[in-house]
Amino acid sequence: MNLVPSLSIVAALLALGVLAVPLAPRRGGSALVYVAALLLTLAALAPPVALLLAGVDAGTVARLSLPLGIPWLGAHFRIDALSAFFLVVVNLGGAASSLYSLGYGRHEPSPGRVLPFYCAFLAGMNLVVLADDAFSFLLAWEFMSLSSWALVMAHHREPGNALAGFVYLTMASFGTLSLLLAFGVLAGPEGAYTFEQIRSREPAPLLASLALVLVLLGAGSKAGLVPLHAWLPLAHPAAPSQVSALMSGVMTKVAVYGFVRIVFDLLGEPQLWWSMVVLALGGITSALGVLYALMQHDLKKLLAYHTVENIGIIFIGLGLAMAFRANAMGWAAALALTAALFHVLNHSLFKSLLFFGAGAVLTATGERDMEKLGGLIHRMPRTAFAFLAGSAAISALPPLNGFVSEWLTFQAMLVSPQLPQWGLKFLVPAVGALLALSAALAAACFVKAFGVTFLGRPRSERARTAREVDGFAVGAMFALALLCLLAGVLPGVVIDGIAPVTQYLLGGRMPEQLSQAWLSIVPITAGRSSYNGLLLFAFIALSMVVVITAIHRLASHAVRRGPAWDCGFADDNPRAQYTAGSFAQPIRRVFGTLVFAAREHVTMPSPGDMAPARLEVRLRDPVWELFYAPIAVAVGFAADRFDRLQFLTIRKYLSLVFGALILLLLVLVLWAR
Amino acid sequence: MNGLGLYFDVAHLLAGGLVLVSFMMLYQFRMYALLNFYAVHALVLSASVAWQALIQGAPHLYVTAGIALVFKALIIPVALHRIVQRLGIHRTIETVVGIGPTMLAGMGLVALSIGVMLPVTGSADILAREDLAFALAVILLGLLMMVSRHNAVSQVVGFMSLENGLVLAATGAKGMPLVVEISVAFSVLIAFIVIGIFLFRIRERFDTVDVQALDSFRGERR
Repeated sequence: MNLVPSLSIVAALLALGVLAVPLAPRRGGSALVYVAALLLTLAALAPPVALLLAGVDAGTVARLSLPLGIPWLGAHFRIDALSAFFLVVVNLGGAASSLYSLGYGRHEPSPGRVLPFYCAFLAGMNLVVLADDAFSFLLAWEFMSLSSWALVMAHHREPGNALAGFVYLTMASFGTLSLLLAFGVLAGPEGAYTFEQIRSREPAPLLASLALVLVLLGAGSKAGLVPLHAWLPLAHPAAPSQVSALMSGVMTKVAVYGFVRIVFDLLGEPQLWWSMVVLALGGITSALGVLYALMQHDLKKLLAYHTVENIGIIFIGLGLAMAFRANAMGWAAALALTAALFHVLNHSLFKSLLFFGAGAVLTATGERDMEKLGGLIHRMPRTAFAFLAGSAAISALPPLNGFVSEWLTFQAMLVSPQLPQWGLKFLVPAVGALLALSAALAAACFVKAFGVTFLGRPRSERARTAREVDGFAVGAMFALALLCLLAGVLPGVVIDGIAPVTQYLLGGRMPEQLSQAWLSIVPITAGRSSYNGLLLFAFIALSMVVVITAIHRLASHAVRRGPAWDCGFADDNPRAQYTAGSFAQPIRRVFGTLVFAAREHVTMPSPGDMAPARLEVRLRDPVWELFYAPIAVAVGFAADRFDRLQFLTIRKYLSLVFGALILLLLVLVLWAR
Repeated sequence: MNGLGLYFDVAHLLAGGLVLVSFMMLYQFRMYALLNFYAVHALVLSASVAWQALIQGAPHLYVTAGIALVFKALIIPVALHRIVQRLGIHRTIETVVGIGPTMLAGMGLVALSIGVMLPVTGSADILAREDLAFALAVILLGLLMMVSRHNAVSQVVGFMSLENGLVLAATGAKGMPLVVEISVAFSVLIAFIVIGIFLFRIRERFDTVDVQALDSFRGERR
């Protein structure tokens, strides 16, 4: 195994980013850059795939040190099973997004603001995964954050984008600060900053717990764990759609990589309560994320909130793996970790697909608000089909891939009664209930998203005149939809591909899947439970063929006359249709009253008054009001107080300096005692 | 300390004298007296540096002593005298707090600087330790003078006595290159020129060099 190809591709991506600056304004320049990015990301897929397919072999690790960065530390890089798996996720998403951009990028009004940062963003994500010391990791992490911030700010004149960029930058800085402190705690006073040294240290339990909390804050804020998700629904929709797909589908996964790398690889043996914290956070995140999404009628914001939900699902899997590992149940931990990583791959596939679909709708109609869309299945049939496939996958419908990973997560939960701790015995089913709730609500949410956007009649002029997007964009969507289907019907390939990761991190793996009869997957033993996506797919396809044949062959051909059916529209005004708001209303009444303090207020005009009746719905964001508003108030208060410091007299400034000096000297004296 | 002989005693005497003169500057009410004591301060510094040059056998320190003598003990006080005369500056110095509390605070500062310096310089030789402690005391007293006076001229004097403390510290340690001392001396000269011009400007605008006038011009509450 050799690291040179992967690192040269990163260098090539960076060089491409520089080249993109002069190329961007030229005709065909952006297509050239995207083709190069596509080829580079495809090439970057080869080494990690080869490593994962080589199977469970602890020897497949390559290291490389370059004399860059801090002189006495250098820059260390390394590829092992874990980084290989995430390299696949990153570059698969990058390739799909580059292919999509070949067509989509033509509509970009200012390519010079997108192209250089796009390449830099891809390079940054690759580097985070490859880094093998704290300094390179943080540098790459911040590089990734800043280049994606520049992409969020690409259309900075649009209303709301500046706020999104500000919130994102604040949260990203906060996250990096937390990670910096976490590495400081891990490296200890002697400054052991390479991951190799950190692995060999045994941190004190209290310090390890502190590091875990800091990592949860740092990686969690990037991944979008509640309550640190606030930037995500603002920033992801603000970026161009191919970047939204990368940020939502891929960058949040890089954050998950950071969490897994530190907690499973560097931190040593887990403590039991860590898993409880992660499980609870995951459960809350998944349920709250999907509830937020249901209240949302902006297509891209809805998708961003679904990212929050799916991150919750992934963290539930990780929390289960930590709980089993703390109890030395290696096989169950391997199952839970496999489920989480499988969901990482799945979410990167279908969330990219869905964002591509939303981007296609945005290009065709200029609208993100679902209440102004509708009927697009007639104008954009291919996009509609791909979006439907993505919706089915994210709603965890068999035989697509979302079902497999959520099923595996539930299989891991069903092992939890074997855990000795009563706390976990109660917590895991509660989290399972939250997971089931969020899965069901996600399905409802995507019925809303697909139904209101693509079915019915157009609700605006631009939706009526929409046209199908270009071949590259459609090709990228179909490629991802095909991958969703393949991962769903042949999950054994993916599970066996993840096996080296669990073998490396946990010393155990799930049973080998490709050797099972009929390509079934068997989480624990064949007698306990198994699932066969291929069989299910064949059954669904066969029964559809049978039903269609039956209808066409056996139905009566006799001509009958009857009253014309108005398709349920007594009034042909498109406004009489079911809307996103009306679809979400029952769920809002059930959950929203409690969670969002939703209040409905009807203003009826008095008899004789010609004014329309109005229905107002007020929602309150509990996370924002509980966590962020107090912080904002405190910062504002402190800023007001410190503002006085700008207007002191010269003598008072001198007195301040003098006082500070005396104070420090006093500290020095007392410290020496 | 008895075994160190005359060299140490004289160096100790001169450095202690510098601290003493700093204290004397703290209780001056009149401008000319303050300037005269600043000249004495520079004179004692010059003697101290010359003594260091003798006992360290470092001839370049004589140059530093000469600079201190010529610039700080002669040119600057004379120039400040003339500025005060030409500007017709008010000859009394208004203090922020009374002389008594200022002197008490100064004693506290000397105690603090000895408390800081003696423990952390345990490995250095005894002469450098005492010297550094006294130098820090002179620096802190200069700062105290700057913050406890309203008058711009006395703030300038406070700043320059602070700088004298820096030179004392620099010469107390063996092997300090001459270049550094010259640059320090010149920086003070430049600061003096700038502040002198600044004084003219203030006088032109406000007919006073009391920095309170600046504050009232900005509409500040005090």
